[in-house]
Amino acid sequence: MTMKKKKTIFTAVVLAVLLAACVAVDLTLPSYHIAVTVIKKATVYALVAVSMNLLNGFTGLFSLGQAGFMLLGAYAYGVLTIPVAKRASVYQYFDGGAIQFSLPEIFAGFLGDTVGSTVGMLLALLVGGLLAALMAYLIGLPVLRLKSDYLAIATLGFAEILRAFFQWNALGPITNGSNLLKSYPTFAHATPYVILAGLMIAVILLLITSTYGRAFRAIRDDEVAAEAMGINLARHKRMAFIISSFFAGIGGGMMAMYMGTIAAAPFKSTLTYEILLIVVIGGIGSITGSVLASFLYIFSSEWLLRGLDSGKFLGINSPIFKNGFRMVVLSVIIMCIVLFFRKGIMGDKELPDLLDRRSRKRKKEAAGK
Amino acid sequence: MQELLPYLINGISVGGQYALIAIGYTLVYGILRLINFAHGDVFMVAGLVMVYATTSMPFYIALPLVLIATVILGFVIERVAYKPLRSAPRMSLMISAIGVSYLIQNLAFYITGGVPQPVSNPIPWISENVTILGASTKRVTLVTPVLTILLVVALVYLINHTKIGMAMRAAAKDFETAQLMGIKINAVISMTFVIGSFLAAVGSMLYFTNYPSVAITSGGMPGLKAFVAAVFGGIGSIPGAVVGAFIIGLCEEIIKGLGYTTFSDAFTFALLIVVLCVKPTGLFGEKVTDKV
Repeated sequence: MTMKKKKTIFTAVVLAVLLAACVAVDLTLPSYHIAVTVIKKATVYALVAVSMNLLNGFTGLFSLGQAGFMLLGAYAYGVLTIPVAKRASVYQYFDGGAIQFSLPEIFAGFLGDTVGSTVGMLLALLVGGLLAALMAYLIGLPVLRLKSDYLAIATLGFAEILRAFFQWNALGPITNGSNLLKSYPTFAHATPYVILAGLMIAVILLLITSTYGRAFRAIRDDEVAAEAMGINLARHKRMAFIISSFFAGIGGGMMAMYMGTIAAAPFKSTLTYEILLIVVIGGIGSITGSVLASFLYIFSSEWLLRGLDSGKFLGINSPIFKNGFRMVVLSVIIMCIVLFFRKGIMGDKELPDLLDRRSRKRKKEAAGK
Repeated sequence: MQELLPYLINGISVGGQYALIAIGYTLVYGILRLINFAHGDVFMVAGLVMVYATTSMPFYIALPLVLIATVILGFVIERVAYKPLRSAPRMSLMISAIGVSYLIQNLAFYITGGVPQPVSNPIPWISENVTILGASTKRVTLVTPVLTILLVVALVYLINHTKIGMAMRAAAKDFETAQLMGIKINAVISMTFVIGSFLAAVGSMLYFTNYPSVAITSGGMPGLKAFVAAVFGGIGSIPGAVVGAFIIGLCEEIIKGLGYTTFSDAFTFALLIVVLCVKPTGLFGEKVTDKV
């Protein structure tokens, strides 16, 4: 068997096992169980982290606007999927709102209830992604001319402007002002999240291995050299920015699904920082790393380290274990990774590359004998 | 005009507070080429320390304590989080700054329990109400611009006429050559952080006197705005940061006065983007050309 074939089989087996585990969790545990919550949240974070990695890790554009694009996706999803009958109560301060249709209901009309509303929900996610992409195009026109830290601060600024805009009362009939959007349909089980995010990540992976991906990496490594090789800098940067924002928008829509209510408040710069730190933990430039780090991060913050907040951890009772301590521990760990393990968990390796290392070691051992 | 007057007075005061924070950004950026994302959080910590200290001891002990604690925090952040990355790419340094900001906020959440800490008359004299030109305001509003100008003059003197100031200018001009000339670069960088944190602490005491409480996220917005002020004035330039901060403070309060409070934050960032696209070097910045 060739190495390439081995790698494909290895990857397929790992992915199949993970998917089977997720289905098993869904079948055996109730949908409010912490394991289901962790999987849902982690897949959403994984998708957004991968989209950020595409931009920051593969194209070398240090953008901090992810939360803004997620906000767009989340609101688009909420606005388009709230059932018409519930709009009056959700938009109680704005006379039932300006939009009087709901995508899942429209499609349920001629595709049947389950299939129709699923199609409607997916379509709403897609609209959110496209809106984010459109916004990225517009923002990119002035902003992408900036470099490194200026780009970071400008995108951060745009995200803040978007957030202020969505809380504006004059937009209330659509965004519900500073009130919550709620009562929209969500997926109760974890498997749809995993499949959806998995497909999106696969698309990003295909993109990265294409000629475009190679161009992105060339820009990251050396802009001047890349331009000299005939890569259109402006066009490729814009493309990476738009694609990354598109997936961040979809991630935002899925985040809305996971959270059950939408407000502008959670989409602050802290969210972007959190995702950036996840990318760093996983390894800048590794898709597998981002996914793995998302799961590790969400698993430890939502489940494993919960005891640090509630007074009892690993059987030890201590008064210092009070609310907020788990995040302190987690951020100290993150700082250690940032300072001493700058490559993160995976460096720039992917899942199939894990086989490489083992076989190389074996070869070395064989040579030693 | 009469209705706008309180906003104008407030604007000058807020501008002064932003100026004190902005200097911290501009000094550090001038030498390390780093946006110190943790600076806003240092500002917040100074506010928290002030709340805790003034409730448990007389203010003439509490205030120096706030200054010392903040300066130590700034110094430690530099030594622990930035010094090990001196030869690393700039992106690592920025990520480290974001990590520090995240850590400080989580630590503050743990200590305060996530509850905003009420500020109650921390400094007796300056939080009294006075009436000026028919507009009622706290005395701190009038003290801030004066104190800001005094501190800036002192800082400019320090930078232009002392040995450490000369070392700082040299390091900002050319990091490596300064090192070759025998300047102890680590001491200079530490000094930069010490000065920046000191001014942020003063700014923080003045800023939070006007606010009902200090929350863990209180530092974020003033921090980012002060950064915008630094960029607007031309990053690396101290007069630039001060002028930029006053302009931003005034514009923001005028926008509030006109009834668009939602957009007072957005305005600052819109200004940032316009400045970055039209004149990235800011009002007083030097032009730098990239070498291949």
